[in-house]
Amino acid sequence: MGNVPSAVKHCLSYQQLLREHLWIGDSVAGALDPAQMADHTEVMKGIHKYPGVRYPVLTPNLQGFHHAVAAGATEIAVFGAASESFSKKNINCSIEESMEKFEEVVKSARHMNIPARGYVSCALGCPYEGNITPQKVTEVSKRLYGMGCYEISLGDTIGVGTPGSMKRMLENVMKEIPPSALAVHCHDTYGQALANILVALQMGINVVDSAVSGLGGCPYAKGASGNVATEDLIYMLNGLGLNTGVNLYKVMEAGDFICKAVNKTTNSKVAQASFNA
Amino acid sequence: MGNVPSAVKHCLSYQQLLREHLWIGDSVAGALDPAQETSQSSGLPEYVKIVEVGPRDGLQNEKVIVPTDTKIEFINQLSQTGLSVIEVTSFVSSRWVPQVAAGATEIAVFGAASESFSKKNINCSIEESMEKFEEVVKSARHMNIPARGYVSCALGCPYEGNITPQKVTEVSKRLYGMGCYEISLGDTIGVGTPGSMKRMLENVMKEIPPSALAVHCHDTYGQALANILVALQMGINVVDSAVSGLGGCPYAKGASGNVATEDLIYMLNGLGLNTGVNLYKVMEAGDFICKAVNKTTNSKVAQASFNA
Repeated sequence: MGNVPSAVKHCLSYQQLLREHLWIGDSVAGALDPAQMADHTEVMKGIHKYPGVRYPVLTPNLQGFHHAVAAGATEIAVFGAASESFSKKNINCSIEESMEKFEEVVKSARHMNIPARGYVSCALGCPYEGNITPQKVTEVSKRLYGMGCYEISLGDTIGVGTPGSMKRMLENVMKEIPPSALAVHCHDTYGQALANILVALQMGINVVDSAVSGLGGCPYAKGASGNVATEDLIYMLNGLGLNTGVNLYKVMEAGDFICKAVNKTTNSKVAQASFNA
Repeated sequence: MGNVPSAVKHCLSYQQLLREHLWIGDSVAGALDPAQETSQSSGLPEYVKIVEVGPRDGLQNEKVIVPTDTKIEFINQLSQTGLSVIEVTSFVSSRWVPQVAAGATEIAVFGAASESFSKKNINCSIEESMEKFEEVVKSARHMNIPARGYVSCALGCPYEGNITPQKVTEVSKRLYGMGCYEISLGDTIGVGTPGSMKRMLENVMKEIPPSALAVHCHDTYGQALANILVALQMGINVVDSAVSGLGGCPYAKGASGNVATEDLIYMLNGLGLNTGVNLYKVMEAGDFICKAVNKTTNSKVAQASFNA
């Protein structure tokens, strides 16, 4: 079984193998470890900034913001939460206190014409509080949007959401914030990410966060996966005929690179199916 | 971080840990936030029948040969989860008498929407296979034994690449016409996406009512749940899956195969759809069989829960 793929592998170039194997035509198609981010300045200064690509950085407070600007950041992000407990455990302050800090950061950013993105964690559930009401998500999102964030990324931080809860949450948030200013950030901890993203797309959202190779586990469930894999997301979007401007093969190559570098198996099913063909 | 789950783990029973961790209420199928809308108002079917293919499709594609009594124990565990259909095994023979002699009360025949796949897999053309199936299904009907028809390569073929929706409809119609009560449309190599699933189903549903259709999605490219969601949105309410996502993909070494029943149930519960199946019990059966075949589960729900 699988004769054609083997023959193809021996005769054709790597790119063509992927193309044949991936059924795609020719068109272009955490609670984090702070030590990992300690080289932020070096990274910002070291990367080649390609035209047409934006490189936002996370800045939880004014001090971080100023350092980021000094290092050359041209876009920033602030991380709020729809859960009081998560806010306290994650960034050591209440939602209200965090909003006050973010307001300083976002105001300063706007004065310098630096766009600011707002994240809302625990949009579909919290590891401490359990269910989070859509109303709470809307309240926090509205606050971030009102202070000047150009886009609000709604995060299913522990991946517990399903198309049902995604729909209910978005219906509520979209009463106050236009879909064009919203994004979804789905974790695949329970395998629901692509289905959740599909529902968001069906509701008019057109900005989706993902991580190549599905990098990043879940700090709340040892051994579980975290971010949805960019490769798998692109595969779905291509299949839906949606334009992303992203080249799947090149993303897969970057994924292969980083997995070898951190010595881990990819979390992307598309990559697993393709590199082992 | 993650303090509460650890504390919970030490203090509470295993079932309660799962319940807390899985954000699922106490009822068998998984009760949810009462404020949620009903499945009807969302355009989704009220009840979804899950066809568990783990013991057959799943184990068939696992390298480790499972001892007979393990298989029996596995199937017995599944029988207590609320699953109403469990595909037990296969008698690969055009002579179906052995199945009936062994006590089979339902049979299935496997067609394909691809000539190449048909020839390579069962050594005959689609037409020849249909003639054989017609004999089998006719005899089954005479004995009041229901027959299910499978159509492989419904969204793509490892040899031919793209498969037209029209071909899938043609083969499905043939199987339905000869008396199969249900046609399971299989994305055999998991290459389908919500886009191709929609196009294929639109075509097939011109000839066969949704109530006689099922989807059998493989998760080789991570698309299974999204594909199943689209099928549900289009009125299909029978879904095949395999506990723990048993069974790899013979066409892509190291890749996954069947969609995991646990992950499917998690989604259906979240959508407020009734399945009658107890997720915790399915997870326990999954844990049992994974230990028996010495492999890590392919279910993300299981991975997230057993390692909490």
